Amino acid sequence: MDMDTPVGANALDAEKIVGKPLDRVDGRLKVTGGARYAYEMQQDVLYGFVVEASIAKGRITAIDTYAAEQSPGVKLILTHRNAPRQGNGNHREAHPVLTGPLVSHYGEPVACVIAETFEQARAAALLLKVEYDREKGHYSLAHHLDLARIPHQPDGAPADSEIGGFPGAYADAPIQIDVTYRTPLQSHAMMEPHATLAVWDGDNLTLHTANQMLNQGRQVVARTLDIPVEKVRLVSPFIGGGFGGKLWVNADAILAAIASRYLKRPVKVALTRQQIFHVTTHRSDTIQRIRLATGSDGLIVAIGHDVFSGNLPGEQVYEAAALQTRSLYAGPNRQTRHRLVPLDIPVASSMRAPGESVGLLALECAMDELANKLKLDPIELRIRNEPAEDPEKRIPYSSRHLVACMHEGARRFGWDRRNATPGQVPDGRWLVGMGMSAASRGNPLRFSKAIVRLDPSGSAWVRMAMTDIGTGTYTILTQIAAEMLGLPIDRVRVELGDTLFPEAAGSGGSFGAASAGSALFEACEALRKKLADSVGMDAGTAKFIDGHIVTGERAVSLLELVGDGVEADGEIKPGRNNREFSQQSYGAHFAEVGVDRDTGEVRLRRMLGVFAAGRVLNAKTARSQAIGGMVFGVGAALHEDLVLDPRFGYFVNHDLAEYHVPVHADIPASLDAVFISELDQHSNPLKSKGIGELGICGAGAAIANAVFNACGARVRHYPITLDKVLAALPKQA
Amino acid sequence: MNDDQHILPTIEVTRRTVIETGTTALLLGALPHVSVAADAAQGGPCPISAELRVNGHPHKLVLDPRTTLLDALREHLGFTGTKKGCDHGQCGACTVLVEGRRINSCLTLAVMHDGQSVTTIEGLASGEDLHPMQAAFIEYDGFQCGYCTSGQICSAVGMLTESRGGAPSYVTADLTRPAVELSDDEIRERMSGNICRCAAYPNIVAAIKEAAGKMT
Repeated sequence: MDMDTPVGANALDAEKIVGKPLDRVDGRLKVTGGARYAYEMQQDVLYGFVVEASIAKGRITAIDTYAAEQSPGVKLILTHRNAPRQGNGNHREAHPVLTGPLVSHYGEPVACVIAETFEQARAAALLLKVEYDREKGHYSLAHHLDLARIPHQPDGAPADSEIGGFPGAYADAPIQIDVTYRTPLQSHAMMEPHATLAVWDGDNLTLHTANQMLNQGRQVVARTLDIPVEKVRLVSPFIGGGFGGKLWVNADAILAAIASRYLKRPVKVALTRQQIFHVTTHRSDTIQRIRLATGSDGLIVAIGHDVFSGNLPGEQVYEAAALQTRSLYAGPNRQTRHRLVPLDIPVASSMRAPGESVGLLALECAMDELANKLKLDPIELRIRNEPAEDPEKRIPYSSRHLVACMHEGARRFGWDRRNATPGQVPDGRWLVGMGMSAASRGNPLRFSKAIVRLDPSGSAWVRMAMTDIGTGTYTILTQIAAEMLGLPIDRVRVELGDTLFPEAAGSGGSFGAASAGSALFEACEALRKKLADSVGMDAGTAKFIDGHIVTGERAVSLLELVGDGVEADGEIKPGRNNREFSQQSYGAHFAEVGVDRDTGEVRLRRMLGVFAAGRVLNAKTARSQAIGGMVFGVGAALHEDLVLDPRFGYFVNHDLAEYHVPVHADIPASLDAVFISELDQHSNPLKSKGIGELGICGAGAAIANAVFNACGARVRHYPITLDKVLAALPKQA
Repeated sequence: MNDDQHILPTIEVTRRTVIETGTTALLLGALPHVSVAADAAQGGPCPISAELRVNGHPHKLVLDPRTTLLDALREHLGFTGTKKGCDHGQCGACTVLVEGRRINSCLTLAVMHDGQSVTTIEGLASGEDLHPMQAAFIEYDGFQCGYCTSGQICSAVGMLTESRGGAPSYVTADLTRPAVELSDDEIRERMSGNICRCAAYPNIVAAIKEAAGKMT
């Protein structure tokens, strides 16, 4: 179906199974080591090891492969000299490797050594001698703002927006905030390194590969290798995290495919942890100027947000940090602008909540600064600027319960105990403070298909080329099918992660559950109709309960109807609802931190997120996703900082010892997330909204605001490390 | 540049010819295998024999001595439940128990453990009955993508043994007690070598507390 009209009452509303906090259906596989990831699918293979460019810009002048070729076990050394010609495009369209002597960023693969064993491939890779002519490049965003241009993403929102007359309204307002925030380069740092096992069968290529969006990946592989898309199969039943880092096809997949084609044997290639940082994508750093102006009543009269981010020349992806600024608060005069600086560093792309994640780090702190200037409670300021409709699109919200989230969070967290004056709550050597922020994340829907079949045994199976990157997709799809067909969950088997199955959106952009789940809902509706029709029942009023179709007094066992099996498919397409309603999920974060008054060390003490995101499909996995997002936000606020060497254009701290993500010791056991009740009639047949990214949106800002409340230090350059806190501490503190 | 000209294929395969012929065989097959090496098997390190007792069963191996315990388990013995997250001891995904003690299997060579017993995630359950730690991880949703999970669970099992044996941690207040009481802070401190990027941390702490209670 096309999502063109509001969704009325439907079979999911009973919520007998959907919404329940069921254990993950793949849980047993994951706690016993039985879940197999891409690199683990076959043992009799050759091993590839990638060699990276050690310059950021320039050209290869010589590659001495002699010693590596003589090294034991080596079967092939791929370089630009023997790699096949490949199709090209931007990083979302194609991923050609070893295309020529030119090097466009540090760590770009310049060779891949394939050998009988991993140890042999790695040893031989070290013997390769590559010489370069190094050219001068542009690496640092902050140093090259003069190169900024207006990006053009054909399928994205416009880079700029303008409503009313921002400059005049801002200049004339009695209360003004004009602040610049900076967010650092960040890395997805998912636990499973990118890996691919390539197997050719004649002209048919199968890639077992860690990839979030298999149907899209299949197109990219076909275009890159110049082979028909029908010849490409991507398989990925389990993925060890993605967060956007596995949205696109990476070098491991193409190198494995090419090498395997040459050698006529399966080849697997995994990136090392260190290689991931340069060979794959990252989140750009940003420089964001926010201007807010109000009257003395706190009503926003002008809101402006300018964003600079960087990417490789030719790439159009920019960090859309002002996107939520266009929608979150009321105000008649508005201006948002995104600018992209071409830089000779690895490709910048989507990382968990691209745009919102770092945009709200700036906007939600600026709102806190505004509240402080107005001497208004930060929640009250946000309530006063709650819009009646989307202020830029001038369309209604599909559903919006931001205020309810803030009230509920304030009540649960004890917000009324917060002292609005910074630096007033000592606890030994610590100064304690509370902060809050709003959370908002766009709610997209994407085309997906599904097939569901009822077997003669009375069990159902579901197939779709959807992925589960840890979000709980297997589980929520099992719940949807079980609810729709009136079966216990152990009579439903969901099979995902294979492009032989019907096309699905994949996991990304918080569209996974809504898109895949709605396609499955439609398939189940079609199956219900088939089954009901076969016994002359009205599918609209029949209920599916305990393996029976029931209308009034009449109940027919599904086993009597199923014959040799009955199947149906379904699909969902975004429609008018996605244009006529402004769709976001919302939430509010509350954080309490302690700041060491002598060292500036920040420790998170408590944190709570309250979210409104449509129907919750599984209360347990939803909470886990929200918590995971919040901890990502803790990392963004306090830890994560991919450090660029501005002289040589590489990321200095390219491993997990030096790129700090939150660990157990950083996260209090009391960090929690709750959802308030909401059904969205306009979002999709499930009436759900995306939750995979909502948790990170604004989370870091709540911590930054808590740091300010604790000690009076307003750090506008993330992450908030102790050196920056010390420098920003008021002298008397 | 000269080097490149010398090496480039004599038949210039263009995108156009590929489209016209409609095959990939030409594209991939017409290129010279300039760098395909001979099957040289000379000069590598001498293989070394080792016997590992994995999950109660002996396995005789002849290994390249550079093979880590992690790769021996995954690539030679098929115990792929143990995960490679960083290969540098920075993430903990590869944690297994050697002689009952937790260890990053990526930081140790397999041949160093000749004759020793190794317990991997595959060896924790008794038949169909999950280990209490495994069951608690499911109940408290102590994972999402599952890639760090084997390491978290093995690490938690090893950690319980350590704390019950009185091994103090950075946050242990009383160093004189024979066993350490496992507060949230103790668990968080002792588990900080195991990164979970999905960030199931609060759930993992809850799972470990639950399992610890059942394992007394």
